[in-house]
Amino acid sequence: MRLRAVRRRRQTLFRWVVVGLTGLFFALPLLGMAEFTTRAPGGGRTLQTWATLFNVTAVDADYPELRTGLLASAGLVLLTVAIMLVMLVPTMTWVRLRMPGMRRTIEFICLLPLTIPAIVLVVGLAPVYAWVAYFLGESSLWLAFAYVVLVLPYAYRALDAGLSAIDVVTLAEAARSLGAGWPTVMWRVILPNVRTAVLSASFLSVALVLGEFTIANLFSRDNLQVAINLLGKRDSSLATAAALTALILAFVVLFALSFVGAGRRSHQPDEN
Amino acid sequence: MTKRMARRTAVAAVAVLAVVGIAACSPPVKTSAGAGTGGAKAATSTSAADLGGMAGLVDAAKKEGTLNVIALPPDWANYGEIIKGFEAKYGLTVNSAQPDASSADEITAAKNLKGQSKAPDVFDLGGTVATANHAMFAPYKVATFNDIPASLKDASGLAVSDYGGYMSIGYDAGKVPAPKTIADLLKPAYKGKVALNGDPTKAGSAFSGVVMAAQGQGGTPEDISKGVDFFTSLKAAGNFLPVDPTPATIESGQTPVVFDWDYLNVAQGKKLTGTIRWTTVIPTGAVVGGYYVQAISKDAPHPAAARLWQEYLYSDEGQNLWLKGGARPVREAAMVAAGTIDKAAYAALPKAVGTPVFLTASQNDAANAYLTANWAKAIG
Amino acid sequence: MGALLGVLPFFAYTTIFLLVPTLVVVVGAFLDGNSRPTLANLSALSQPQIVSAFSRSVLLSAVTAVLGAVFGALLAYAVSTAREGGTLRRMMTSLCGVLAQFGGVTLAFAFVATVGFQGFLTLWLQKAGIDLAGSTWLYEPDKGLMLVYTYFQIPLMLIVFLPAVEGLRPQWREAAESLGGSTWDYWRHVGGPILAPSFIGATLLLFTNAFSAYATAAALISSGSPIIPLQIGGTLSSEVILGQENIGKAMALGMVAVVAVVMTLYAVLERRTTRWLGR
Repeated sequence: MRLRAVRRRRQTLFRWVVVGLTGLFFALPLLGMAEFTTRAPGGGRTLQTWATLFNVTAVDADYPELRTGLLASAGLVLLTVAIMLVMLVPTMTWVRLRMPGMRRTIEFICLLPLTIPAIVLVVGLAPVYAWVAYFLGESSLWLAFAYVVLVLPYAYRALDAGLSAIDVVTLAEAARSLGAGWPTVMWRVILPNVRTAVLSASFLSVALVLGEFTIANLFSRDNLQVAINLLGKRDSSLATAAALTALILAFVVLFALSFVGAGRRSHQPDEN
Repeated sequence: MTKRMARRTAVAAVAVLAVVGIAACSPPVKTSAGAGTGGAKAATSTSAADLGGMAGLVDAAKKEGTLNVIALPPDWANYGEIIKGFEAKYGLTVNSAQPDASSADEITAAKNLKGQSKAPDVFDLGGTVATANHAMFAPYKVATFNDIPASLKDASGLAVSDYGGYMSIGYDAGKVPAPKTIADLLKPAYKGKVALNGDPTKAGSAFSGVVMAAQGQGGTPEDISKGVDFFTSLKAAGNFLPVDPTPATIESGQTPVVFDWDYLNVAQGKKLTGTIRWTTVIPTGAVVGGYYVQAISKDAPHPAAARLWQEYLYSDEGQNLWLKGGARPVREAAMVAAGTIDKAAYAALPKAVGTPVFLTASQNDAANAYLTANWAKAIG
Repeated sequence: MGALLGVLPFFAYTTIFLLVPTLVVVVGAFLDGNSRPTLANLSALSQPQIVSAFSRSVLLSAVTAVLGAVFGALLAYAVSTAREGGTLRRMMTSLCGVLAQFGGVTLAFAFVATVGFQGFLTLWLQKAGIDLAGSTWLYEPDKGLMLVYTYFQIPLMLIVFLPAVEGLRPQWREAAESLGGSTWDYWRHVGGPILAPSFIGATLLLFTNAFSAYATAAALISSGSPIIPLQIGGTLSSEVILGQENIGKAMALGMVAVVAVVMTLYAVLERRTTRWLGR
């Protein structure tokens, strides 16, 4: 008993020290950005830039590309996360269950997008997207196909960590022997057990899509970061404020996302 | 074992076929709504007369309704106002993409987006890239073509200079002393303060910056070595900042001294009046000039709008807008003679004392070769 | 055969959107300006500045990967000890999710605004007597750039490693303690071996992440191309030296080769730790 209490106190101290120090490290550059946006000509502080940014009607009239970029990014987020989850989770589970020899291949394929800088990947994607534009049109939304590829390395690693932590084979076999079909196994047995991993993969996808600039820019498509960059050409203080706001917005989205699926556990009936 | 190998080879074969298929064939070109007889006619016209004069050109452009431009930041030689002026005058929408693109990126974008409605219609290029890519342009002679000096245009109108300026040093007058010569920048007052707009082996403006440094240190147009040596000394003194100077870094005071085209420094100065005293100076005896070139894409999705844009840029109105941004319009001599030049803006241009130097193609190549061999060593 | 059908969607998708672009680049590395086969691009890779760019890139990526992995793992463990479903955990994971993908011009600007010559922290520390503005350390690939890269490596590690840390059952810790083991014994014999494969895998991800990062370095070091992605950017975007695109593709091929080598090392290491684990 005493040992556990001592350990818990040590853990709490450890937790607060580590989180505090890392939090400070993370906060400093963000403070640098905020400091720049609150500078008044001739020294001193002003909130003028922020007032301009939150005057939404005026901003929308002056910089219409911010709205198109934001909407495009929102659509891209949804599409990318959906495609990534639908494609990756069943595939990785399947490989663990039926084709463990394929694991290295899948791992290499999932790491490949990260080995090539985006500027070169665009050179290779150009002919593919010529066909995409032919079949599906030229909307910025079809960038999601490329974004799913970009997010593969991160999502794979997060899902792999989660799937390694549970005994997929036993769980699946137990469910199958009780008569469950594959969809039931995936949706009601595997998925709830890798909730953190799925959330991590989704987090990374959301953050990647909201922060992605290079590919959208090189294909002359609209996207939040492209819009902020264009804004920066005209008003750098406003663009920095917009970038900070985009970060805060992404944070809020992820925070809200972290509540998904949590309800099930807290509403589980007490078995005793 | 053999089964797995067979499977692997099958997968590999499919992959290779897919590559060959996708990379080799481009999708069939869609005939868009704007094209048809009107579009095809505009795509091959070499002057406004082919479309029935200016009125016919304006009509054809209005039917297209949009213009795609690339690599035109709004604070570059007053492009912001020029684009707005064009939109207001003809009621067209201008889509400005990739403001940070280099000239080479513009050509790449045209190749990558070929056949799509977002492909660039017109290019604004540095001389080197323009000369190397004539195959991508459509020839067009604007109404005022004869006003342009012969050395600054391609005879058939493939690529024509439009505006230019001299390399300058922009500095924050409140933070650093005024540099009178290039050598002044080696003084300790400029520690950690001097930035070059890009890498001279990549960006035309940085390249001209090194040429200016060479001129200022007593070099000749044939020999850029003194410029590279200057930057080596600058780095050794701790004065050289490798960071890319942007409007944000200038406004926040992180790059108090910037080597850039005079019109760009002048634009920053105008934007920051009241916050920073951003002053532009062209060093005496080190006057290095460069013109930028306009071209129309051969595969422009909006050919009539592209040609109308060219007419606008070379008209008196367009040329005076360049002047307002601090750039020197190519029709300068003709407009001064005709009295159509904006006299106030003309007088406000930064003073250039000394003979302007414009590098010839062979001098360019020699300088490039020297830089490729020595710049990384000098700076890295 | 039926098993293969299960992975078919994945392979079809990655073939079209990943393998085809990669092959276009790889094939381009063997072509010259007139689309004729050549090995000249590959031999161009042996130039001294490209070789040193490769070694600098590898060093930068390795150091930031290890730093990010170690500090990120510590952070992941610290966060995992917090109450599940509590605010601290949600906030840290959301913050790290955002910062893991924060990069490019904005990140470079944020750092210059903080610790650059005129950064607010530099000026503040100068009042306290510490001079950060003594040199251009921020813009060097082996000092400032490493710091900036670590800024997104640590959050990435947290996001990717947290699911593994959460897989550690508290019962194992209690079992170890009831057998008389100390904290060190627990980590050495139970926690460490279980987390090792995920840790190494995550470090590999961090390495590759830093290796191919371009936008942040381009904004911070616009003069000179000390690392490989900047060299590639130069070949593709230079308006001064033209016709080098295929050398850029050869460099990309070189990058894939480097990562393949690192992956092989990782596979060897993973096999060793799995043996250690006894599974």
